[in-house]
Amino acid sequence: MTLVLPEVASVREAGDTFAGDLRGVRVVWRRELIRFGRDRTRMVTSLIQPVLFLFILGTGLSAIARSTPGVSFKTFMFPGIIGMTVLFTSVFSAMSIVWDREFGFLREMLVAPIRRWSIVLGKCLGGMTVATIQGVIFLCLAGAVGVPYAPVMLIELVGEMALMSFALTAFGVLLASRIQQMQSFQVVVNFFVMPMFFLSGAMFPLSGLPTWLTALTKIDPLSYAVDPLRRAVFDQLHVSPLALRALDPGISWNGWRLPVPFELGIVAVFAVLLLGAAMVAFSRTD
Amino acid sequence: MITSESLTGSSNTSTNEEPAIVVEDLTKRYGDLEAVRGVSFTVAAGQTFGFLGPNGAGKSTTISMLCTLLRPTEGHARVAGADVVSEKGKVRSRIGLVFQDPTVDEYLTAEENLRFHAELYGVPDATLKTRLRQVLEMVELWERRGEIVRNFSGGMRRRLEIARGLLHSPRVLFLDEPTVGLDPQTRAHIWTYIETLRRVEQITIFLTTHYMDEAEHCDRIAIIDNGKIVALDTPEVLKARVGQDRIEISVDDSENAISLLKARFGVDAMVSEGMVAFYVANGEEFVPQLFAKSGIEIRSVRVARPTLDDVFMTYTGRTIRDAETSGADQMRANPRFRVRGR
Repeated sequence: MTLVLPEVASVREAGDTFAGDLRGVRVVWRRELIRFGRDRTRMVTSLIQPVLFLFILGTGLSAIARSTPGVSFKTFMFPGIIGMTVLFTSVFSAMSIVWDREFGFLREMLVAPIRRWSIVLGKCLGGMTVATIQGVIFLCLAGAVGVPYAPVMLIELVGEMALMSFALTAFGVLLASRIQQMQSFQVVVNFFVMPMFFLSGAMFPLSGLPTWLTALTKIDPLSYAVDPLRRAVFDQLHVSPLALRALDPGISWNGWRLPVPFELGIVAVFAVLLLGAAMVAFSRTD
Repeated sequence: MITSESLTGSSNTSTNEEPAIVVEDLTKRYGDLEAVRGVSFTVAAGQTFGFLGPNGAGKSTTISMLCTLLRPTEGHARVAGADVVSEKGKVRSRIGLVFQDPTVDEYLTAEENLRFHAELYGVPDATLKTRLRQVLEMVELWERRGEIVRNFSGGMRRRLEIARGLLHSPRVLFLDEPTVGLDPQTRAHIWTYIETLRRVEQITIFLTTHYMDEAEHCDRIAIIDNGKIVALDTPEVLKARVGQDRIEISVDDSENAISLLKARFGVDAMVSEGMVAFYVANGEEFVPQLFAKSGIEIRSVRVARPTLDDVFMTYTGRTIRDAETSGADQMRANPRFRVRGR
């Protein structure tokens, strides 16, 4: 082999610089997008579940949920299913850290001259982008369940999905930093993701529930992310006040119905706290 | 790209004076388990240094500490002029690392993997284009740069990892078991790259291996067993310390040859696999005397130097394969155990 390579020194000292960390954020984010774009199966399968929920379960449940004239149960479920899509896409995306740990790529990131918080931030931004894209794809089905494609609603929903998915990915990374093996993932889903999902009001309205269940739904942070989605959708529907009260009751604290910006504020606070916790937890893993 | 370091001339020239790696009393404990027990050594710039030992001897743990992936329990280490604990960032940007387990992203193309790496290490765009081509051509993957890594064979992935480890022109390249799990042909191939590499790039190479024959490629070797260095020198010196060379001669009359050898040189020879075999301190110098003075009619002669297997045996009292089968040590080699968050 006769190779002539020019002088060796071409490397900037990248150690511990903020610019280096930002490059790290960008690499993690772009890698997430490239992988998402190439993995068609993942894109399709992660849409099958919400479609099944909406059209099979939704249609089935419509038969027994006829008490609210004028609104199909599918229409009610639509924003909830958006929440579900975002929830699962975000958590799965974050969990790929565990996968990377098992299959090595994480080590390449860990030994690079970047600080670990940048990996976490990049991952959260990646999860956010991917989950929002999934949500938007699902949004295309709005017409099929009688939800108009109102620009205001679409903008609101996209913004809310982005905020929510960022918080959820941070939550997922926090869990992933404590998990060593992919098998433990199912435990996470059963212990955290499913309860959060069921209590969030995605599948049934949070009105007229027993006190204990109402209390639990108010503890679930996801409730404060799902309610704004539902309100954005219901704002575009022409529904009787009675049906509105039954299907879109909102969340009240001591009789005070929380305004949407307040709910989004709660989600934002959670996002920041979870991001911080994920960064700390991830930096500690040796 | 002119860095302040290259202006002051310390970037490459200094590494020729200052050792590339200085390790003092490095120790790693996991509770009661002492994986690395106070190792000390120095690697001069430009050398190829081999860490030889059975699985679980503490090789990977040591490499992880030198690469700042693990924090030493005790002791100090400086790599490429920076401390592995207090100057992690500097160490990381000056070293390249080829892991034992593949760490390239299967879903990306070869080129994407390298571009991401370049971005992480801040390789300037101006240099990247030429550099990318150089390293990929070196490992003969330039033509396949656009392919998804999932379709690559094990050997190709390892070569890609080597290319990636070199992309940012590190001063020290760490190779953790660079050929483990590869077939002999690919192993030989990888070694061709490593040889080319050190000739062309003039970098320091630190490698771990449990293949004795591969350690022959190193300038110096440390034999590590149970977390301690039991021997450290050039392969030649280590083998010389074992002492004797084995000489085998082919003769018509074995009985006569054996008695003549005893009478003239005082060596005890014996018949082994149809040859007359005996041990002497310096085989190559002995052969001329053998022809001049023994009076034996010799049809052929073979001098066998001691192998590193003999060396390992001398220092640890067992062969490397015996050492591998002792189960308790396996736990130390398990990366999952090592990476565990605390």
